[in-house]
Amino acid sequence: MKISCDIEVRHLSRVEGHGNIRISIKNGQVREAVWEVVETPRFFEAMLVGKLYENAPYICGRICGICSIGHTLASIRAIENGFGFTPSAQTARLRLLLKHMETLQSHILHIYFLAAPDFLGVGSVLPLIKSHPEVVRRALRLKLLANEVCDEVGGRRLHPTRTVVGGFTMLPDRDALGRFHQRLRAGLADLFASAELFATFTFPAFTRETEFVSLRREGSYPFIGGELFSSDGVRKKEHEYRAMTNEYLAAHSTSKLSRLSRESFAVGALARLNNNFAYLRPQAAAIAGEFGLGPVNHNLFMNNLAQLVECVHVVEDAIALIDELLTDCWQEPRQAVTPRAGIGVGAVEVPRGILYHCLEFDKDGRIRKADCVIPTSQNHANISKDIEALAAHCVAQGKSDKETELLAEMLVRAYDPCISCSVH
Amino acid sequence: MSDAKSYLGVPVLRPRVGFFELTSCEGCQLQLLNNEATLLDFLDLVEIVNFREGMKESGDNYRIAFVEGAVTRADEVERLREIRRNAEMVIALGSCACFGGVNQLKNRFNDPAWVKREVYGEYPIDSQAAVPLAAVIKVDLEIFGCPVKKEEVERIVTNLVLGKEVKHPKYPVCMECKAHENICLFDLGEPCLGPITRGGCDAWCPSNRLGCWGCRGPAPEANVDELRKIVARKNIPLERLLDRLECFGGFGGEADAVRKELGGLK
Ligand code: SF4
Ligand code: SF4
Ligand code: SF4
Repeated sequence: MKISCDIEVRHLSRVEGHGNIRISIKNGQVREAVWEVVETPRFFEAMLVGKLYENAPYICGRICGICSIGHTLASIRAIENGFGFTPSAQTARLRLLLKHMETLQSHILHIYFLAAPDFLGVGSVLPLIKSHPEVVRRALRLKLLANEVCDEVGGRRLHPTRTVVGGFTMLPDRDALGRFHQRLRAGLADLFASAELFATFTFPAFTRETEFVSLRREGSYPFIGGELFSSDGVRKKEHEYRAMTNEYLAAHSTSKLSRLSRESFAVGALARLNNNFAYLRPQAAAIAGEFGLGPVNHNLFMNNLAQLVECVHVVEDAIALIDELLTDCWQEPRQAVTPRAGIGVGAVEVPRGILYHCLEFDKDGRIRKADCVIPTSQNHANISKDIEALAAHCVAQGKSDKETELLAEMLVRAYDPCISCSVH
Repeated sequence: MSDAKSYLGVPVLRPRVGFFELTSCEGCQLQLLNNEATLLDFLDLVEIVNFREGMKESGDNYRIAFVEGAVTRADEVERLREIRRNAEMVIALGSCACFGGVNQLKNRFNDPAWVKREVYGEYPIDSQAAVPLAAVIKVDLEIFGCPVKKEEVERIVTNLVLGKEVKHPKYPVCMECKAHENICLFDLGEPCLGPITRGGCDAWCPSNRLGCWGCRGPAPEANVDELRKIVARKNIPLERLLDRLECFGGFGGEADAVRKELGGLK
């Protein structure tokens, strides 16, 4: 049996941002097993102070290069909630469509380019271009589809241009939406083929009971706004997010950390799926069934599969949204909003979990205070706890250093951490 | 193992390239992966030896280094110097690397200690003023934009591989916007930096009915005074012009002057 080892992974690859893994085992005891966040902070919350509200979505989108749409929408929602403004049904549908396509784009990037190489025994997607060309082409096709819908609806796939407080600066082309409807249906076939591929991967049998936190909304799988819900039974209103996130600071991390009922909790695709399984669209639920994924699953490696299930869900939902949009005539793209003093909170389920933006305004709509709570910071403590448990599991199983290191890397990647986002 | 490729019958070498990120959103690097339609051709053009976000293997035998992000901490200064030592050519990728980007918005406060307290309370945190790469090392080429435009990056890389000179447009965004026959944002009461911002993005924002925020920095003959007159004529508050001038760091001097005129920070 394996009794001592030291593992150090500096600047873990195939994740967004900079983090290190350190595991030290002496005489069969785990002495240390940590996930360190070393990203440089950018101080977005300070940057916004004194600025007019319209700056927040534009600047905060730049918190993240993967989920810029989610950040933009969270700021917009915080502002609209703060000003007591409700967007039109058309705006709500377009925002959800845009949001779904960001989720698709981000999940595909993660499961194919960042996670899959581990399961196929390669260091990156590059060798797969030669060995599995069809797989790479399928991934690119799905990503391209998602990104092109984002271009059409949001103006730009990264740092969107059309998304503003009150609605959109301009509307998508109806014919283009019709064409996307067709391509999305073809996309479902690509996703089913993806499910067949992922069914051949072996996911480590590792579980550690934890609390799962997500948004929840009666009747539909949550993406924009809703109640806060935990698998341990905590329920809070959107504006009570601080009671949910309880941010604190600790050594080893330039990111803030979170806890709720236990010492840590998890957010993201698996948390959403665990908490909202009943609201999955039919084909998504069927795929989850094939993978044996159901509430409450405590194996974080399964987050990869939960993301794939969500890809199917968002595509089914996007098809329905386009149907609804094309049934009605276009209304005005944008409505006027009137600033007022107060506080607004916007909660959005971004690919990696719940994102909260909270903004406090003076009577002219100038920002007095800003707070952004990022999903990956909510996950950091849970990642650390998981690595600790995984290290102990590996010792018990007599795994080699190399196996332990790879499993630890795969576990962190399964969370799909977005580190520069978490240290914003 | 730079295997030979050919272009129009002329053999070309695939240069070894590395991608690196300092303080940034990593969006500029992701723009390359966002190039689904041409990604496979692009990957054929270069040999990637370092791309942490996409691959596990890494090496320091790269000829061209693409560096994204601003410099905000001593360890980044060190990393950047090391990259400079290894690479024949260092390319600043995106507005964070070229001007500091949104990161430099924190520099506008007179009290850096307040900025840290506002976010981290009394918890000690290491961070300095955000500066562009060129404040630390010699930069051979800048690719502007927040985000960079993927077609432009591909064009530039193709030119580098073929040994052709890389030229940036001298005309402003406004020219590209007019070529598209867009509605002028000023007529909708929105401020726009198109008249003073370097073109090359094909009027990305005004074509989506959003004013230009100047992410590509000043055009060679930017006339800020003329723009201020338009802003005044349209009754647009100067504060909204300042928001755009100061957003990405490309108009540092002009932004400082307007901020001063408005009586400093609110
Ligand atoms: S320039 Fe913009 S897109 Fe590029 S890294 Fe900086 S913030 Fe991100
Ligand atoms: S919208 Fe901006 S870029 Fe376009 S014409 Fe008007 S000022 Fe010029
Ligand atoms: S229009 Fe202006 S802000 Fe938009 S991409 Fe071009 S230079 Fe940047």
